[in-house]
Amino acid sequence: MRTAMANRLTPYMFMAPAVVIMAIALLYPLGYMVWGSFRDWNPSQSIGEAEFVGLKNYITLWGDPNFHESLGVTLRFAFFVVSIEMVLGVGLALLLDRDIRGMSVLRTMFILPMMIAPVVVGLMWRYMYHPTIGTFNRFLESIGLPKVDWLGDHALTSIIIADIWQWTPFIFILSLAALQSLPRSALEAARIDGATGWQQIIHIKLPLMMPVLIVTGLLRLIDAFKVLEVILVMTNGGPGLSTEILALRISRTATEFRELGVAAAMSNYLLILLLLLTVAMFAFTRIQEARAARLRMAAEDD
Amino acid sequence: MSQNTRSNPAFFAVIALLVFMSVGPVILMLANSFKLDVDIISGTGGLLFLPTIQNYETALCDVLWYEPDHLDFCALKFGGAFVNSLIIALISTVLTLVIGCMAAYALVRFRFMGRDTVSLSTLMVRMVPPAVLLVPVFGLWNNEFCLDKDGLIGGAIRDMVGGRGDVCLAGTHSGIILIYVAMNLPFVIWILQSFIVQVPRSLEEAARVDGAGPFQVFFKVVLPLIKPGLAAAAIFTFRIAWNEYLLASALSDRNTKTVPILIVNNMSEFNVEWGVIMATGMLLAIPPIIFTLMASRQIITGMTAGAVKG
Repeated sequence: MRTAMANRLTPYMFMAPAVVIMAIALLYPLGYMVWGSFRDWNPSQSIGEAEFVGLKNYITLWGDPNFHESLGVTLRFAFFVVSIEMVLGVGLALLLDRDIRGMSVLRTMFILPMMIAPVVVGLMWRYMYHPTIGTFNRFLESIGLPKVDWLGDHALTSIIIADIWQWTPFIFILSLAALQSLPRSALEAARIDGATGWQQIIHIKLPLMMPVLIVTGLLRLIDAFKVLEVILVMTNGGPGLSTEILALRISRTATEFRELGVAAAMSNYLLILLLLLTVAMFAFTRIQEARAARLRMAAEDD
Repeated sequence: MSQNTRSNPAFFAVIALLVFMSVGPVILMLANSFKLDVDIISGTGGLLFLPTIQNYETALCDVLWYEPDHLDFCALKFGGAFVNSLIIALISTVLTLVIGCMAAYALVRFRFMGRDTVSLSTLMVRMVPPAVLLVPVFGLWNNEFCLDKDGLIGGAIRDMVGGRGDVCLAGTHSGIILIYVAMNLPFVIWILQSFIVQVPRSLEEAARVDGAGPFQVFFKVVLPLIKPGLAAAAIFTFRIAWNEYLLASALSDRNTKTVPILIVNNMSEFNVEWGVIMATGMLLAIPPIIFTLMASRQIITGMTAGAVKG
């Protein structure tokens, strides 16, 4: 009798620590943030002392040109980073999908950039982009080309390049795994039917990889909104606001301008944006799946 | 067709270029960390230079057993920060793994919640950027998660440590560990689930017939079988806890600073001492690099399990 009781309680006992910790340190803070975003709140006050101002923070932000600029930078950064990385990563996977001796060594080297701390990545690239002592400008100088003001005039491009360096391998490795788990029979059949390499890629490999590619793209997109340390170290959002992505703006609003309420409201905008993107991606996948299923049904009816 | 391309020199050139591009910056940083600032700035030598460990001596001056000649004052407390980073990363990794493992097991085996619900909520939580947590965590850890200084435990701690005010989570190792565990749990649960699903049920039932309780089944049968998954999850958790900057900077005080904070603080000074900074960066990068070289297979398994199977 007692063992039966214990057995019934086991799953809850196994779950309890995780649930408690996530409730205390994730869900409660998120709720706290929503609550705080309606207040005029600075770091020296506790939330109870802060004055309730209703939607004022949200409305101020909605009309704030700096916030618009920052939002634009974030969206541009995320868009370019994800699309370039997807093209490069999937392209490389298609190119390198063959049995090369030492493939595991290659993969080890490719994941190295991802494992290194973002702070260190920012540090390395800030050095390489340095106007006088940096590697790139030295190289340009040595072959007689004019110097480029990497982190000045071209700051956004420069941080996009650094992110591509760090995260293209992620997409490469996931799409390589997807490629290698494709059903051999489909590829075999295509080859026998005389499909060229390109035809195989476009009509067979890419469609079959699509589910994995969508998940990968989504994960990368979510992460692109989280990038902060690399940019913080490289440009600290400058020059002007040209690289100040939302995550960075939130942290500066909270720590430099000491406006926790506004930072909380901004965090909420960012969360809503991410939620919309995720839901849109999911809906898109579902629609695609439904269409594929309909096509299959139609094909079977014939 | 594949025979042709395999022996194609252009193909190998592409691979060589890729390797050069991905490893080059790291090698460059390693080389620069052994150079004096004068050499870095004048740019002489390229890869041919006289290596010096002076930068590392400057960085590690607070834990060295001798006093480096070139230094009259130890400004950079790197050793202390390194120890803090180590404590925080190791403890939070162990906690996340134990808790996450139990939760993943319960979710898979007892199915009182759909797997889809978990995948979806994991994705949702993964969506939350650390920057979004910054404001509430700062507020809560400083103001709400406190023990009253007049209370029994709070009073005892206050007497021990000293200071005024209430005893709060902010500024302690445990405060930073708590948020890291919470941040990493969803991901760990997600990865481990995909491994636990593969453990044959019959094995567990056999153990149960032999009279093992649920905890024994878990620790003696399931855990040994999902070791690769555990390794992958451990590396990812450690990596995040070891590399994280933003939340640590909001929660730590002078004594609980981690290495990333130290590096960022030194980078924002007007005159960047490139050699020393590169040495600290290299020291921070070494543990993840070692993991990568030793366990790249597990890392790749973990990455693909997260996305391909999830």
